[in-house]
Amino acid sequence: MLLGRTANGLYWMNRYIERAENMARLVDAGLRMALTRTQNASEEWNSVLLSAGADVAFTQKYQDYTAANVSDFLLRDTANPSSTMSAIETARNNARMVRTALTRETWESINEAWMSLKRMLAKPIDERDLPSVLDAIKRETALIRGSFYGTMLRNEIFDFSQLGTYVERADNTARILDVKYYVLLPSISWVGSTLDNYQWESILRSVSAHRSYRWVYEADYKPTNIADYLILNVRMPRSLTFCYRFLAEHLKFLGDDYGERHACHATAEKTQAMLRAGSIKDIFDTGLHEFLASFIRDNTRLGDEIAQDYKFY
Amino acid sequence: MRLAAFDEMLPEVSGLRKPYSAYDRWLKEQDPARLTEKMQDAERVFRKTGITFAVYGEQEASERLIPFDIVPRIISGNEWRRLTQGIEQRVQALNAFLDDIYHRQEILRAGRVPRELVAKNEAFLPEMIGVRPPAGVYTHIIGVDIVRISENEFYVLEDNARTPSGVSYMLENRETMMQLFPELFQQIKVRPVENYPQLLRQSLAAVRPQSTKGTPTIAVLTPGSFNSAYFEHAFLADQMGVQLVEGQDLRVVDGHVAMRTTEGYKQIDVLYRRVDDSFLDPLTFRPDSALGVPGIMDVYRAGNITIANAPGTGIADDKAIYSYMPEIVEFYTGRKAILGNIPTWRCSEPDSLKYVLEHIHELVIKEVHGSGGYGMLVGPAATKKECQDFAKKLQAKPSNYIAQPTLALSTCPILTEKGLSPRHVDLRPYVLVSDRIQIVPGGLTRVALKEGSLVVNSSQGGGTKDTWVLDD
Repeated sequence: MLLGRTANGLYWMNRYIERAENMARLVDAGLRMALTRTQNASEEWNSVLLSAGADVAFTQKYQDYTAANVSDFLLRDTANPSSTMSAIETARNNARMVRTALTRETWESINEAWMSLKRMLAKPIDERDLPSVLDAIKRETALIRGSFYGTMLRNEIFDFSQLGTYVERADNTARILDVKYYVLLPSISWVGSTLDNYQWESILRSVSAHRSYRWVYEADYKPTNIADYLILNVRMPRSLTFCYRFLAEHLKFLGDDYGERHACHATAEKTQAMLRAGSIKDIFDTGLHEFLASFIRDNTRLGDEIAQDYKFY
Repeated sequence: MRLAAFDEMLPEVSGLRKPYSAYDRWLKEQDPARLTEKMQDAERVFRKTGITFAVYGEQEASERLIPFDIVPRIISGNEWRRLTQGIEQRVQALNAFLDDIYHRQEILRAGRVPRELVAKNEAFLPEMIGVRPPAGVYTHIIGVDIVRISENEFYVLEDNARTPSGVSYMLENRETMMQLFPELFQQIKVRPVENYPQLLRQSLAAVRPQSTKGTPTIAVLTPGSFNSAYFEHAFLADQMGVQLVEGQDLRVVDGHVAMRTTEGYKQIDVLYRRVDDSFLDPLTFRPDSALGVPGIMDVYRAGNITIANAPGTGIADDKAIYSYMPEIVEFYTGRKAILGNIPTWRCSEPDSLKYVLEHIHELVIKEVHGSGGYGMLVGPAATKKECQDFAKKLQAKPSNYIAQPTLALSTCPILTEKGLSPRHVDLRPYVLVSDRIQIVPGGLTRVALKEGSLVVNSSQGGGTKDTWVLDD
């Protein structure tokens, strides 16, 4: 038996842990571009902010899209509710609230991540330290994930946690693709790309897939392959299909345990079926942006339905 | 000011006391540098596990550690047996007093306790008149604060019959000590305390409502994660394997209190509440409270839920009532109190007020309803101006205060950079009441870390120690 409020806490705790890490990954991709390109770094930082959904709030505070401003805003600014620091703080507050549902190892890893990031992000980040700060954030969230997977019982507590992780991750991957869709815009019939590879690489980097891409596809970056990888690949842990495979699975566990199906089950299964049946050609034919916009809408609705069906409030 | 205090390890007159002999032998073999390291390890352990408490009124340091000292406070088996007899007697009397005060009020009719002291007391809940809690128990979980003055003199400083806190520190202090010094526990037989959560759960289950079918569902009610004792609420719920609920999770459904789960509302039979009386039910008490459950008092009166501790138990640990405890114990148990009270002047009485005002610089003066070491004056440690200011408050509302002599609380050494150094301590053993009375062999030893200080409260610079009851 699980309190609705506890399920809510677990769900958001994991969404925020995922978000904390995603912010670091976005900044990492931006930094990489800024280091390898001499011009148009500010454009790249702008698209990082767009992917993070933080461009409007950013422009209220800053004028220049520089590495220092963007990384400060996305990593340590507590006025930005989605910054890594805010996200880890919210994750920890949720963890504190649901502490009785967590193993000691999981709670301690979250608490330690919060303590060490709070210390590390207390002062503005020196540009020279940015790579090591990003590494540290990824390491801390990896430690949380490790202790979580290694120690948690696979019950409803685990299911609600995973729902949070995958709803957030699917949202994040879809947004990154959507922001960069103009890079991928040239239709599949379009040949002879003059677009620089680096734009594509930045997409892959944002989801830590720039190396694994080459294991799956040929060494060349092709728009269709990249989109295929991030949307339809079953084995890629940040692809939309992968996320929905697990969302549907955990919802099924809950449905079987409780002996009751809800609206969220239908929504998740519908999206999963759509992803399974779809081909990348169909997606490009209907329009990548339209496809992603509708996906993000459905994904958000799934989150709302989960909250309602399982009495989060 | 320094008081000549009795040191529990090394009294000046008689040399090393026996309960400490084995520990002392071990201590002498230790490398001081290693001990300092262990001290830092302890702090790391506490911080990592998030054993913190919130300090009200301090913005930035909203979570702090209670300092932990690695020198244990050791009590012999014999001393403990004597203490438990006194505590049991006292706890029996507290429950009998509560039952009486909310029913026939014989003690008031007999004139042993002044009627107006009860009737006009905020801690007395008229809503509880005529209500008999399930199993007839009012105060289920009690922390009795005990101080020691000499080899043979123990006094009760305060009874905590509402929602005593600190038991998680008792448990975590022991855990930490066993992690830091496993060899010590092989050499010295210390009675275990770690079964407290199981005992608590059994004890709560034993006082379930009569109508309960099957295994009772138990939950801990917390004001929420921003409460100063939240860590403890979560800890106890976790250790007992029960739900930790907030007011927003609860609702009255079909005459029972129920919690909102992912599968709908589920009935609760026993609620271990860590929310004050006045917040318990907005329909009965404070209407603005969002921490409680609207209508829970109706469920309670119908006998469909056990609330532990029962509403209205505060009348038994009120500081004004405290001074009548010797009479109360004798009235209900027919025997003299085994554990004495500290002599107390009730400032509401003109003669006492006069004495207190004349001796203000020698006395400890406390607010009747205060707690946590706030709003008190330690005369001997106060400046002349502080005494004068306090005297004005005292004269303005005498009934709000009691006064006690400044006792030389016993000391126990703590480890400092310069080695062992004595500090004043008190002791809070935890008592569970159901169909029987159980006292876990140990308790929370609070220690005033500042040299010479007598205030042991964690909010005022106090720390804690592991408390050992020897199995001898």
